[in-house]
Amino acid sequence: MTARVGVVTFPGSLDDGDAARAVRIAGAEPVRLWHGDPELHGVDAVVLPGGFSYGDYLRCGAIARFAPVMETIVDAAQGGLPVLGICNGFQILCEAHLLPGALTRNQHLHFRNRDQILRIESAGTAWTNAFQPGQEVLIPVKNGEGCYVADTATLDQLEAEGRVVARYVGGNPNGSQRDIAAITNTAGNVVGIMPHPEHAVEALTGPSLDGLGFFTSVLKHLVGAPA
Amino acid sequence: MPRVVVDVMLKPEILDPQGQAVANALPRLGVGDVASVRIGRRIEIEFTGEPDLDRAREIADKLLANPVIEDFTVRLVEADETADARS
Repeated sequence: MTARVGVVTFPGSLDDGDAARAVRIAGAEPVRLWHGDPELHGVDAVVLPGGFSYGDYLRCGAIARFAPVMETIVDAAQGGLPVLGICNGFQILCEAHLLPGALTRNQHLHFRNRDQILRIESAGTAWTNAFQPGQEVLIPVKNGEGCYVADTATLDQLEAEGRVVARYVGGNPNGSQRDIAAITNTAGNVVGIMPHPEHAVEALTGPSLDGLGFFTSVLKHLVGAPA
Repeated sequence: MPRVVVDVMLKPEILDPQGQAVANALPRLGVGDVASVRIGRRIEIEFTGEPDLDRAREIADKLLANPVIEDFTVRLVEADETADARS
């Protein structure tokens, strides 16, 4: 049976269309979810896409966290549902306390938009098991508030538990602490990533096809996951 | 009608690049004696009934501030003081 992967649209989401396309190219059925509808429509995994939900008012992701769909997603994620937050989705996951730390204004204050090399540090998550640990991938980064911060104890814990999922290589685009580009929760089912794997799934539009691995990973994970 | 004012500031250990950018602009105004600038957010809350500081604290903790990176204070002000602050 084809896996069903939900993609949430918030007011101000930008990359929901690309995320749904990436899901389809990876071989799953994308299911569009609406921020105001708490029902997850039987999806096997969820992607929170990039963009500027609620205009980034207050703080990025702060208001999206209280959307009806998020209450259901937070519960489901705590129960093991794979959730990938990309860019604004990463910010929402931090605001919802599914991931530790916070994303703040890029240290140099510039919006950064470029193709970025990442090193996959943890291939043990639901969203990175198609990669080899240490593998380098090329994926677009585009953010204004992508600087990951957390207190030293949290950073040390993330490192010790292998929960830093990806790091920037060849230049840190936003001042992120310890070059962190992606992290995961303790169970490995929730991943937040600042760069955009959904923009690197086709030769026509992306700098590589490396982003596809995130989406094929979750399919692998779902096949292996206990029902 | 008294209001509750919530002031949200980045924690001291969190870098404030906005504040730094403002501080760096000050010499261009001829201001040379400012050591640092930090930027926060002031939020005014008006309740339908009596202002409720505990409720405001709850709102601030859950939504207005992100306790991972920000601190907040909550206080009551009279309507006049709010007007003064704006003028």
